[in-house]
Amino acid sequence: MSNTEYILTVILVMTIATFSTRIMPFLFFHGRGNHPIMSYIAKYTPPMIMSILVVYTLKDVNFSNEIGLYTVLAVVATIAIHVWKGNPLVSIFTGTFLYMFLIQM
Amino acid sequence: MTRDAIKSTFPVLFGYIPLGMAFGMLFQNLGYPWYLATLMAFFVYAGTAQFMIIGLLAAGVGLTEIAISTFLINSRHIFYGISMLNHYGDWGLRKVYLAFGLTDETYSLVTTIDPKDAAKKKQQYFLITALNHSYWVISCTIGAVIGSSFSINTQGMEFTLTALFVVLLIEQWKKIKNLLPFMIAAFSVAVALYLFSEQMLLVSIALSVTLLIANNLIKKSR
Repeated sequence: MSNTEYILTVILVMTIATFSTRIMPFLFFHGRGNHPIMSYIAKYTPPMIMSILVVYTLKDVNFSNEIGLYTVLAVVATIAIHVWKGNPLVSIFTGTFLYMFLIQM
Repeated sequence: MTRDAIKSTFPVLFGYIPLGMAFGMLFQNLGYPWYLATLMAFFVYAGTAQFMIIGLLAAGVGLTEIAISTFLINSRHIFYGISMLNHYGDWGLRKVYLAFGLTDETYSLVTTIDPKDAAKKKQQYFLITALNHSYWVISCTIGAVIGSSFSINTQGMEFTLTALFVVLLIEQWKKIKNLLPFMIAAFSVAVALYLFSEQMLLVSIALSVTLLIANNLIKKSR
């Protein structure tokens, strides 16, 4: 196998592996979306996963240096602006610009 | 309505630019032509797995290991589809594509934005999925094309995704108004970080869904 053939095979293998994880629930639970346990899971997983994703994006931040401080400030600012204005884009971009400003200063 | 869907994807665009570009640069550093990065971004379309493969390719790992580790790292998506069972409609190319594009970021948007109008809903879900997909492909390509020869200062831009998840978390709270899922998530995250820090994402999602189901069964048996 040449190097290009190898990497094309890798892409194919990864495509199949990733796609199978994403199509699986639709294949396995097809037509069962209204089952009580399914709608219970469907309703409560988004808040759980959103909480987990927040922690996931922050898990490598070192909270004992200034980057940690900037991160905390930017997260607090994002929450405050969102509770105040309720406009997702305004909250997200203000928080991000604050973080980029602090970190590049 | 269409404008709302497009606007909702802007944070994902800003989050994907630094991440996709970083992937493209690392991939190009391995000595592959740029269009292979584009091909991988288009078909694999999984950030975490794509960063993982750079390490695996450099180490010369076999195809079986690549298949298993890609499957494991993405297996959290099995739980994502369940929330969309009633929303992605009948079988067809459209549904297969929506399932194909159900990444962390797309999942976050489609589960928070809940249009009431059924016809509009179909269109919005497709738009969000396709836009996020194209942002990822374009960012990875740019990174691979410009390589490390040129650098723009995107430092800190990746915070967009943190801010996006923080805001959608608040939106989820407004919708649900129930502490239980947040408490389960906090507990699962603590356990996962403490015991399996490397696989924290998969472990915490699997654990929290298990606890959620257990809670439902206990409530019923009472």
